[in-house]
Amino acid sequence: MKEGTKLVVSPSPHVKDAISVRGIMSAVIVALIPATVSGIYLFGLHALAVIIASILSAVGTEFVALKLMGRKFVMDGSAVLTGLLLALCLPPTVPLWMPIVGAAFGIAIGKCAFGGLGHNIFNPALVGRVFLALSWPALMTRWVTPFDAVSTATPLAKGFGSVPIFDLFVGNVAGCIGETSALAILIGGAFLIAMRYIDWRVPLFYIGTVGFLMLFLGQNSILDASDLDSLVEVGKESLFHMFAGGLFLGAFFMATDYVTTPMTKLGRIIFAVGAGILVVAIRTVGGYPEGVAFSILIMNGFTPLIDRVIKPRVYGTKRGFVGGG
Amino acid sequence: MLSGFKFRGGIHPDYFKLTAGSRVRRADLPKEVILPLRQHVGAVCESLIEEGERVKVGQKIADSESPVSSPIHATISGTVAEISVRSTPTGERVRSIRIESDGRDRWLKGKGIDPEKSSREEILAKIRENGIVGLGGAAFPTHVKLNPPEGKRVDTVIINGAECEPYITADHRLMVEESRRIVRGAKIIAKVLGAERVIFAVEDNKPDAVERLRKATSGDFEVLALKTKYPQGDERHLIKAVLNREVPPGGLPFDVGVVVQNVGTAKAICDAVCDGIPLVERVVTVTGDVRKPGNLLVRIGTLFSNLIEQCGGPVGAVRKVISGGPMMGIAQSEDVPVIKGTNCILVFSERRVVEEEEMPCIRCGRCVDVCPMGLMPFMIRALVEKGKFDACSEYDIMSCDECGCCAYVCPAKIPLVQIIKRGKMALASAKEVGR
Ligand code: SF4
Ligand code: SF4
Repeated sequence: MKEGTKLVVSPSPHVKDAISVRGIMSAVIVALIPATVSGIYLFGLHALAVIIASILSAVGTEFVALKLMGRKFVMDGSAVLTGLLLALCLPPTVPLWMPIVGAAFGIAIGKCAFGGLGHNIFNPALVGRVFLALSWPALMTRWVTPFDAVSTATPLAKGFGSVPIFDLFVGNVAGCIGETSALAILIGGAFLIAMRYIDWRVPLFYIGTVGFLMLFLGQNSILDASDLDSLVEVGKESLFHMFAGGLFLGAFFMATDYVTTPMTKLGRIIFAVGAGILVVAIRTVGGYPEGVAFSILIMNGFTPLIDRVIKPRVYGTKRGFVGGG
Repeated sequence: MLSGFKFRGGIHPDYFKLTAGSRVRRADLPKEVILPLRQHVGAVCESLIEEGERVKVGQKIADSESPVSSPIHATISGTVAEISVRSTPTGERVRSIRIESDGRDRWLKGKGIDPEKSSREEILAKIRENGIVGLGGAAFPTHVKLNPPEGKRVDTVIINGAECEPYITADHRLMVEESRRIVRGAKIIAKVLGAERVIFAVEDNKPDAVERLRKATSGDFEVLALKTKYPQGDERHLIKAVLNREVPPGGLPFDVGVVVQNVGTAKAICDAVCDGIPLVERVVTVTGDVRKPGNLLVRIGTLFSNLIEQCGGPVGAVRKVISGGPMMGIAQSEDVPVIKGTNCILVFSERRVVEEEEMPCIRCGRCVDVCPMGLMPFMIRALVEKGKFDACSEYDIMSCDECGCCAYVCPAKIPLVQIIKRGKMALASAKEVGR
């Protein structure tokens, strides 16, 4: 208050939580380390090269796209995350140009074309992945066994019973670089939930919906089960569908993406259950073994609608939903 | 005892209640005071004195005929040096009286009445005459608040000792040191309103205050220890947390049969009614980056700079001086006087003033999660920035109580409260034009 001191007159609140966009992105990237390491361990150095190529391409594309749009490039970590996530859901055999093209497409068309961070409707990593799958289907379905890299098919393509559930859980099966080990994903996901960076409801309801519906709709249905052994089989098939393929990575790291999923708790539950139903529909009637990427992208499309309908209940009124928010 | 209810959302900031254990000490008598002619919600008062006139402590020096207003009293004895327009801590420019002290502290003694034997009207008159307003910050004239419109019945009085803002401990100390007078004030309030129930609501981070109040009420009234959460001290959320009732939008606590009074106000009511003492001093927490933070009993009109000096002066270079708490307080650009609603002077030096880069909204939903009013701040912000003010009303922008929870948690560091305020102002002025 003495002469000469310059007082800052800024609006309230004058204290803020330490959390930042960069901090959140970094935490998610850290949470992906177990899945990344397991992918490299299982599928070798080529997997590492794919990951690096994808990240570099994502960041480079964002840099160029924002420059072209006349906007400032900010290293907020979101492009790194997109690049990493894309690489983790690619087969370990892809040639290096594929992650480069996929990440560039995902960032340019999936993110920057919508207006950049915060404005995209669809998950950019999944946009890149689906673009690659539709453009080069053969290259996107070349699978190998872990460690010895013998050509094979994924457990989901081979069907229930093709691999022991335990191998599926720890990731000792053929599949995308970062998708095979449910355990590694769970470790990172649990960290994000514990730090309250993601809403536990999403993975629970998403994976839970798939597991629950598969009790009825798999090859072994609970409705036909007559004895204990067949009940055990029903349970195992349900677990198989939860652990196999990209469901864990999708449920913990893509269906929880802030930008492309609903804002309220109830909205997020609707999103997760919807995505779960879609996965089951695609796997059982669609005749396509996977379905996670499409299920999330479709629900991304419904997100604006969910957010318009599901609002928190405003204090003192009856408008809105309890649980909305 | 717990109420078993809670309000939606809210946050748990670092509380920094540095002065929770510091006894209230009397500040030095100031050499001059500056008394703005409006220190409350309502009409500006007319000065009743001239420059050069001599005044005594407690002498009424300004008043207004308007129904919503409260008189102003001299807070030191001396000479009226100047009457001019000056800044107040609420950011307004108001005609203010400057009094220079004669150093003698001569009082104009008023007379108290026995509240038990007096009528409702007599008590209300005493409260008005002694310039009592809400001391929790809002400064609404108390005699108006205790006089519900025809047809509104008040069944419950809540005495608000939540003090949910970080740093501030003025009410906390008052509850510990003056619990008896607070309880006497509460009895007067209940009598005036004809309310059958009186509930003291304190947050559970002040166990000593809860204990003192329990002792002082000797079982006559309920004393609740509410689970600490900001912004519990906001009337509307307190009513929800204590009684599970919700005030309708645009309504007042009267509408759900409740009146909320701050503990400091209850004490001031006791002083005014029982002893005829006008509101000339109050407890102010002076804290943050000062050498000796403390709770000071301060003559209203004392300059902030004076009190900061009395607390040992700042630590480091002062960057912000805030009137009120860090969540809803107002950053000052110049030296201003303590007014009736000033509960805290918070000094921030360099290390607490970080300028952060604003990022795009990442739709994380945190602002929605914490908004105690159930709003969608990110959405309102987007609509204000696009100039779509009508759509803002659909998203209940007017219900925002500017508590700051949304901006506190926003990882993108978007000044949500500031933007929402702008939207509210634009809507209000649009209504003016439309009329
Ligand atoms: S400032 Fe307004 S919008 Fe933000 S949390 Fe408080 S009431 Fe909600
Ligand atoms: S907290 Fe900030 S970043 Fe998150 S949704 Fe609200 S405005 Fe957007």
